[in-house]
Amino acid sequence: MSHTTALTPAMKLQRRAKLRRNALYLVLIAIGLVAPFVAYPVFLMKVLCFALFACAFNLLLGYAGLLSFGHAAFLATGGYVTGFLLSSYPGLTPELGILAGTLAAVVLGALFGALAIRRQGIYFAMVTLALAQLVFFLFVQSPFTGGEDGLHGVPRGALFGLISLRSNLAMYYFVFAVFLIGFAIVQRAVHSPYGQVLKAIRENEPRAVSLGYNVDAYKLLAFVLSAGLAGLAGATKTLVFQLASLTDAHWHMSGEVILMTLLGGVGTLFGPVVGAGVVVSLQTQLAQSPLGNWVSVILGTIFVLCVLSFRSGIVGEIQKVVKKNFK
Amino acid sequence: MTQPFILETRGLTKEFRGFTAVDDVNLQVQEGHIHALIGPNGAGKTTVFNLLTKFLPPTRGEILYRGKPITGMKANEIARLGLVRSFQISAVFAHMTALENVRVALQRPLGTSFHFWKSEKSLAPLNARALALLDEVGLADYADVLTVEMPYGRKRALEVATTLALDPTMMLLDEPTQGMGAEDVDRIVELIRRVARGRTVLMVEHNLSVVSRLCDRITVLARGSVLAEGDYASVSADPRVREAYMGSEAAQEETHA
Repeated sequence: MSHTTALTPAMKLQRRAKLRRNALYLVLIAIGLVAPFVAYPVFLMKVLCFALFACAFNLLLGYAGLLSFGHAAFLATGGYVTGFLLSSYPGLTPELGILAGTLAAVVLGALFGALAIRRQGIYFAMVTLALAQLVFFLFVQSPFTGGEDGLHGVPRGALFGLISLRSNLAMYYFVFAVFLIGFAIVQRAVHSPYGQVLKAIRENEPRAVSLGYNVDAYKLLAFVLSAGLAGLAGATKTLVFQLASLTDAHWHMSGEVILMTLLGGVGTLFGPVVGAGVVVSLQTQLAQSPLGNWVSVILGTIFVLCVLSFRSGIVGEIQKVVKKNFK
Repeated sequence: MTQPFILETRGLTKEFRGFTAVDDVNLQVQEGHIHALIGPNGAGKTTVFNLLTKFLPPTRGEILYRGKPITGMKANEIARLGLVRSFQISAVFAHMTALENVRVALQRPLGTSFHFWKSEKSLAPLNARALALLDEVGLADYADVLTVEMPYGRKRALEVATTLALDPTMMLLDEPTQGMGAEDVDRIVELIRRVARGRTVLMVEHNLSVVSRLCDRITVLARGSVLAEGDYASVSADPRVREAYMGSEAAQEETHA
């Protein structure tokens, strides 16, 4: 019984892989801390917000196998609720505003989820899209969102009433911290007892049922977690740009997050981060170049190439190469 | 009077848009038996099986487990009663290791399956039991192998280990030897014989040699109804059964000729 007494080769490999992973995390955090001195902080914050949004989406698609086509609704709800509260109640500190926006997205997520998980596959995606469109029109019509104009000049305020977030550098470190918390939640959820059941459901739903699991409840939790994190991303983004607008609620945004996740690598932890980085960089670079009007075409082409030739996305393909050569 | 049957159906009927796939089936499975459900193609075996495991709702009729009706229960609820099914196509969790496959079946009683904030390490105490179960089906060496990389026969064995993890009182096996080579079939037959000790098994099976070797009692279905019931000798001697099987085979041979 070598398994119970000594370390098996596989366990040693796992241990070594874990050390390597931890080292990677430390390097990446160090890069994140130095980054605002090298690159423009507002751009970095934008990347981080979308990276968190994509991580939230990936939790649902990559680990629960559920394709939502309505995640813009959660991003926008987080953004609008936070923006409205911070604009209307000057005494409110930013972290409370963000928390409120996140909670609103959680509630909306529970509502969407409860309706959508009754259906599977493409029907699930269609239900989420329809509900998100409903939310979009609500935001167009409601007075508190500012309609077509959006909410401008949302005050960043002072964190815990103490640390002013007016400077982009202070704001950056706050956003970085929020991103790390969100990423850690996803990472933990994936590697938790819950994550194991979620994976089992993704792999073979009838079998998970036959093992006694009430799969709908597990899917609903995944949906709510994902919605909440998307809301957190939207709320943070509103604070960064001091703006909440209809762009975030539009179905384009739901499509963009799918693109980011697939391009980076669905079902990998870092894939969505890389995907968000690539897409936001391209958008920013292209917007400044003469190709500005071609952004959608270029992104679309990349998407097609990704689906045709490297399906596991950037990080997924890298992982394959690493696995082949360093095992 | 004590209830002699662990699973029983009364007038079980399933209609699909006017087509009666299962017609008034009264099935009785005795505790401790290995009971086979056989019949020619399209006899309704799989439909009966899906009705019993609640993957399909019946049109009419009742299903009783230890004398209590379970007709209105959900598929995952009957699993908790100890009625655990397998699937025709090997049902494993492909991108999880063999150990994780078994462990996910063991972890529900811990009550932490919704705890997304806990570490996977909290499941480590289950590893020893999971390994023991893998060992029981001859898969100890595969513990850390991703299931997708395992040969077909081994996957089926893994399925049995996963089912055993729930310590079921009754196992429902849907064609456990389907698509297997002779060597694998022998191994699975031995495995079923071994794990059936102290449990009840109801299996749908095409392979009559498997049925003759394993089963205490056989129910023959034809066109959605029970045609005959008894032990292998009496069922195989029944002229109606011969006709249902041989008749269709003879007809097939004629068309081939």
